[in-house]
Amino acid sequence: MERPYLELSAWQLAIATSLILINGAISALLGLGLGRRLLVAAVRTVVQLLLVGLVLEWVFRFSRWYVVLGLLAVMTVVAGLAAIQRVGFRYPGMWLSSVVSVWASSWLMGAAAVFAIVPVEPWYAPQYAIPLLGMILGNALSGISLGLDRLGEELIGRRPQVEAMLALGATRWEAARQPIRQAVRTGMIPIINAMMVVGIVSLPGMMTGQLLAGVAPIEAVKYQIVILFLIASGTALGTVGVVLLSYRRLFNSDHQFLHQLMKESR
Amino acid sequence: MRAREPLVKACGLRRRVPGGDELLLDDVRLEVFPGERLAITGPSGSGKTVLLRAISLLDPVDGGIIHWRGQPVIGDEVPAYRGQVIYLHQRPALLEGSVEENLKEPFRFAIHRARRFDREHVVALLRELGRDESFLEKPSRDLSGGEAQVVALLRAIQLRPTLLLLDEATASLDPATVAAAEDLLSRWLADAPSDRALVWVSHDAEQTRRVADRTVRMNAGQCEPER
Repeated sequence: MERPYLELSAWQLAIATSLILINGAISALLGLGLGRRLLVAAVRTVVQLLLVGLVLEWVFRFSRWYVVLGLLAVMTVVAGLAAIQRVGFRYPGMWLSSVVSVWASSWLMGAAAVFAIVPVEPWYAPQYAIPLLGMILGNALSGISLGLDRLGEELIGRRPQVEAMLALGATRWEAARQPIRQAVRTGMIPIINAMMVVGIVSLPGMMTGQLLAGVAPIEAVKYQIVILFLIASGTALGTVGVVLLSYRRLFNSDHQFLHQLMKESR
Repeated sequence: MRAREPLVKACGLRRRVPGGDELLLDDVRLEVFPGERLAITGPSGSGKTVLLRAISLLDPVDGGIIHWRGQPVIGDEVPAYRGQVIYLHQRPALLEGSVEENLKEPFRFAIHRARRFDREHVVALLRELGRDESFLEKPSRDLSGGEAQVVALLRAIQLRPTLLLLDEATASLDPATVAAAEDLLSRWLADAPSDRALVWVSHDAEQTRRVADRTVRMNAGQCEPER
């Protein structure tokens, strides 16, 4: 039961875009000094989204598996690199741990989605594969980012305790277990919180989009439920993955804590 | 007496400043024999702490090797080695929780799991250091630097190690407790002189004279015997 869907004209877009003047006026009146940044943000919003729209138009029309996979791969690498941007520490090869974790966890969940849960024909149908993986990636990214950040905080802040345990005969795992647990918890909490309040405090973006496109509410809800569970598992796997890969990098097989590899980056 | 095999033997230890060329340890050779009380002296920054940490295998070295009873120690043998050769830091790191919880913690490690926390033994040791049983209930965050050193010393000794590497481990104690700790360690050594040894790093020359029967001096990452 598809409902009519209203297409937007360039004029309508322009009206919406002009709303940025409200932000500009506030900045000017209160002397926030945000004018330049608002302008850049507004231009980036329009340009980036229009570019994505053009790329997607082309991919949707072309619809070959290698094109779709190529685009998904680019999205995945960008997500992996973006995940470490706001992390408060660095170690050599951290970007690789992040990319590997986001790749393995998101593609596993993406495969579960298009092969088992939403049996799409063909499996690479861009209309499904791209937004599904995109949503999984976006959340895995923030789980990885938060988990890594917390791991660094714990290992740098608790280095004396970690070393004291090693000095008393703890294995590297016994010494690092507490920081690892804290890091994984921190990475998983936002998605758990989101699942707690979903539908009560806010309507999730995908569901909102489907409603706007005229999909029956109960159908939109079903998709939202599926995607939330995919996101939750993807985030958990991505967070565990990046934390364990970092642990393997920061503790060597001689049970030494290679703290000198860690550099704070804030 | 020196015909015996050393407990620990470090050969050609080298360590550079991470990311630099300056040598923290420059071809250090050191042997520690059973029954020995060895003091390592030298100015600040001469590499004493770096050497003790290298012997306890806490830091990777750029060259050289540590032999334990004639065998190199690698990989999964390292935790068991560290259970025998315990390094005590000048500012001990305690975990959250009470003193007793801190003392129990090592028994959760795989290498100590076969043994149990022996409360009576610990209380007896505490008495020797001028503390009573109630000390066990104290939260670790309320401890002074000296009290933390008492906990760290007990936490190590109760594990019946073979070699203790003491890095200014009594520097924050009051004089009476320092004397008690030295007595405790002397008796600990005398209990099994053929199987135990002590290495001290201390800035206190008086203490070095009291506790050591051999001294080596470190200078700019190199080790020179004094006698």
